[in-house]
Amino acid sequence: MNRPSGLLRRVVPFPLLFLALLAMWLLLQQSLAPGHIVLGSLVALGATWVMTALDPQPARLKRPTAMLRLALRVLVDVFRSNLAVGTIILRGNRHSDHAGFMTVQLDLRNEYGLAVLAIILTCTPGTLWVNHDPTRGTLLLHVLDLVDEQSWIDLIKHRYERLLMEIFE
Amino acid sequence: MTPPLEILILGWSLTLAQLLIGLAMSCAAYRILIGPRAQDRILGLDTFYVNAMLLLLTIGIRSGTTLYFEAALAIGLLGFSGTVALAKFLMRGEVIE
Amino acid sequence: MSNAPLLPLWAAILVGTLVVLGAAIALIGSIGLLRLNSFYARVHAPTLGATLGVGGILIGSMVCFSVLQSRPLIHEVLIALFVTITTPVTLMLLARASLHRDRVEGNPEVPQSDLASLERRDG
Repeated sequence: MNRPSGLLRRVVPFPLLFLALLAMWLLLQQSLAPGHIVLGSLVALGATWVMTALDPQPARLKRPTAMLRLALRVLVDVFRSNLAVGTIILRGNRHSDHAGFMTVQLDLRNEYGLAVLAIILTCTPGTLWVNHDPTRGTLLLHVLDLVDEQSWIDLIKHRYERLLMEIFE
Repeated sequence: MTPPLEILILGWSLTLAQLLIGLAMSCAAYRILIGPRAQDRILGLDTFYVNAMLLLLTIGIRSGTTLYFEAALAIGLLGFSGTVALAKFLMRGEVIE
Repeated sequence: MSNAPLLPLWAAILVGTLVVLGAAIALIGSIGLLRLNSFYARVHAPTLGATLGVGGILIGSMVCFSVLQSRPLIHEVLIALFVTITTPVTLMLLARASLHRDRVEGNPEVPQSDLASLERRDG
């Protein structure tokens, strides 16, 4: 990676993050007064300096169309699984007997891709990301409606993982 | 004098929504009280604060000011850090390692 | 009880429906918290309120305030972003903490190894 050099880069290590935080501050204050700009810059500067301590891996996003498709898929799935989990809850106890743990072998290795997958799986009701083993690439999931294990594996592998690998790898 | 129909519709739907959220909060509160284990109580707390945030949002729509939205954001932030700290405590027995 | 901002009729109906739907979904999620019978099943319940529940009410309020034109919509977007990122973090941490505790206690309901299901499938 091309490490940023020069004085500006040393003062502001993550310029995009700095600008985004400053913009958020100004939008929340709903003013462009110089005082708010100074205060917002100080806060954003502090946050970017703290970020250097975390030393995040550089992330490269590819294929905006894949990102859009993933977002649409997740939106559809959130609606569908809300409906599914809602009916399970309202129909009563006997269906939660199907709940159980399962393991999936993942090919996705990128940290950010895994983080996004974790958010997607946990955010859609019915699936819960429990544990990921980075050396073996296995993921322990909890599923509320574990009747057909293979269908959940297909869902994760084909619907999400392939697109995530296109975006992040 | 009765207010116009539009205000009645919105007002009563907001009241209904607030009632539903109130019920949801009592469900979560009941889970906090009965447990049975510590993780159940924390889960109840997590649901409780998300519902409280929703309640504030409906009050915010009724009042038409930003004040309640900032309060909702603050509840979200504090609730999140609270439940994360509690979950961390369950895992290791201490909050900061 | 019936004080609310004055919107055009279509907007009032739309906002009212979205808000009531969001609240109902949040209620279903919280009912699930009571009715489901094991901790790991219950973890799934709050996500209903945190996805479509929050979504319905936030979109309702976005419609309301963009019709009123009283302020920018930044708060709703921020809250939505915040809830989508934080809820999974809390739930994952809680599930892992609980799994850790159950494994330490030797609870037979949880798999002692992450690979249990793989081994079962491959025979």
